[in-house]
Amino acid sequence: MQKNHHEKVEKSVGLLGVLTIVAISFGTLVQITPLMFMEETTQPIDGLKPYTALQMEGRDIFIREGCTNCHSQMVRPFRAEVERYGHYSVAGESVWEHPFLWGSKRTGPDLARVGQRYSDDWHYAHLMDPRSVVPQSNMPAYPWLDANLLDGKYTAKKLEIFRKFGVPYTDEDIAGAAEAVQGKTEMEALIAYLQSLGTALK
Amino acid sequence: MSSFWSLWIWVLTIPVLVLCLVLIMWNLKNYVGVPEDETTDHEVDGLKEFNNPLPKWWTYMFLATLVWSVFYLAAYPGLGNYKGFLGWTSSNQGIKSLEESRQAVLQAQAEGRNVQLDMEVAKADEVYGPVFQQFAQRDVLDLAYDPEALKIGQRLFLQNCALCHGSDGRGQRGFPNLTDNDWLYGGTADKIKETLLHGRKAAMPGWEAALGDQGIKEMTAYVLQLSGRAVNEKDAEAGKAKFGMCAACHGVDGRGSVAHNLPFGAPNLTDNIWLYGGSSATIEETLRLGRYGVMPAFKTTLGEDKVHILTAYVYRLSNPEDLR
Repeated sequence: MQKNHHEKVEKSVGLLGVLTIVAISFGTLVQITPLMFMEETTQPIDGLKPYTALQMEGRDIFIREGCTNCHSQMVRPFRAEVERYGHYSVAGESVWEHPFLWGSKRTGPDLARVGQRYSDDWHYAHLMDPRSVVPQSNMPAYPWLDANLLDGKYTAKKLEIFRKFGVPYTDEDIAGAAEAVQGKTEMEALIAYLQSLGTALK
Repeated sequence: MSSFWSLWIWVLTIPVLVLCLVLIMWNLKNYVGVPEDETTDHEVDGLKEFNNPLPKWWTYMFLATLVWSVFYLAAYPGLGNYKGFLGWTSSNQGIKSLEESRQAVLQAQAEGRNVQLDMEVAKADEVYGPVFQQFAQRDVLDLAYDPEALKIGQRLFLQNCALCHGSDGRGQRGFPNLTDNDWLYGGTADKIKETLLHGRKAAMPGWEAALGDQGIKEMTAYVLQLSGRAVNEKDAEAGKAKFGMCAACHGVDGRGSVAHNLPFGAPNLTDNIWLYGGSSATIEETLRLGRYGVMPAFKTTLGEDKVHILTAYVYRLSNPEDLR
């Protein structure tokens, strides 16, 4: 009679699966669970504002156009970064982000604090043709954003879903959401979003 | 972190480490009753499992990671609220405002904690601080003709200003040329510094509703005439009659805010220098829809000392000769 009990685990996929989950769940329980309840990671910083309806649409355009493929939104606490971009990012800035867009790919610069750093006109010129303001840039141009109009069909829904996640939108915010973006271009929405980034800690 | 979550982390982490140790010790023993290097009769698809001991190199590495984890958790902040005997953190997290961030830096300093970022910044300040301070004490007009200051100024300009004003400072459509001595808010050292520190927000209103199509056409003619361009005299005459509303910012003679000591940033309309273009179509567009140029503020981004040097660089762009 042999005592190699591990044969049971090796020959039963279900049991192997369960035990694997148990083994890796310790890391999750220690490293992730507390973050969902800690004050530092669940409470907004002073002066943080939820995205306006227009900024919210801009955020979705940012996601749609794949901006996160080249731009991170996370200033790491290194001197070189702090000097270039501003104060390092803190958890309290991201509590209303669902999902957050921290990213990790930096073909272009970090955008966590790009808000109010350049003028709206600059962003317009830059998005229409990046080379017109930064000759060495390899960013693609996004001229269609200026032609596409927002219809606001899902804007209220988006705000409502975010409210379910705990973002403090009022009934008026949601009621006025569609109207607030009506007739605006995607360009205006994206610029409004960019101009809001990181301004609460600036 | 509340003491509950701190305890949670302790209670899950320490036993897991102990468990790992127990597991490796247990597996180092031959507990299956089969001599080493013999088959366990455990066969899958014709492959037989032999009872081999764990490789030594692997075992020692496993044990080394355990030893490392004990040192790491003792030295660095990892176990809940325990801060580690080195007192090291990467940054002051949990701050809720810039003010709190500043306080946290001072507090960490007072408590002698090693905050990596703060130490890096302090070290850099120690090296570069005196350089900037030395320049900060000197007059802008002095620095404008100091090659060392200009070298620093040029780097700051290329990193922060060239995006809009161009690497040569000559601007582009919508972003002023800084080399032509045509200033919207004033070209003295003080005014340039004020612009850099606090930014500017221009507001040229749109006159479409007030002037109507005919009025816009007439005003366009008059504005062009102010710069000495050939226009329809009759239209220009009619435009001039309505120029009163423009004069509040541009001055009765159209020579702009600076010439009249006004703080509005309204351009001189008589010099044939155009921020958004001088074609009659562009001027018509400006008159109809207005213009809202924005110069961002650099006080928090760069700090006053760097802005001081940058001021000298910008001043020099339009004052290449030292006339003092």
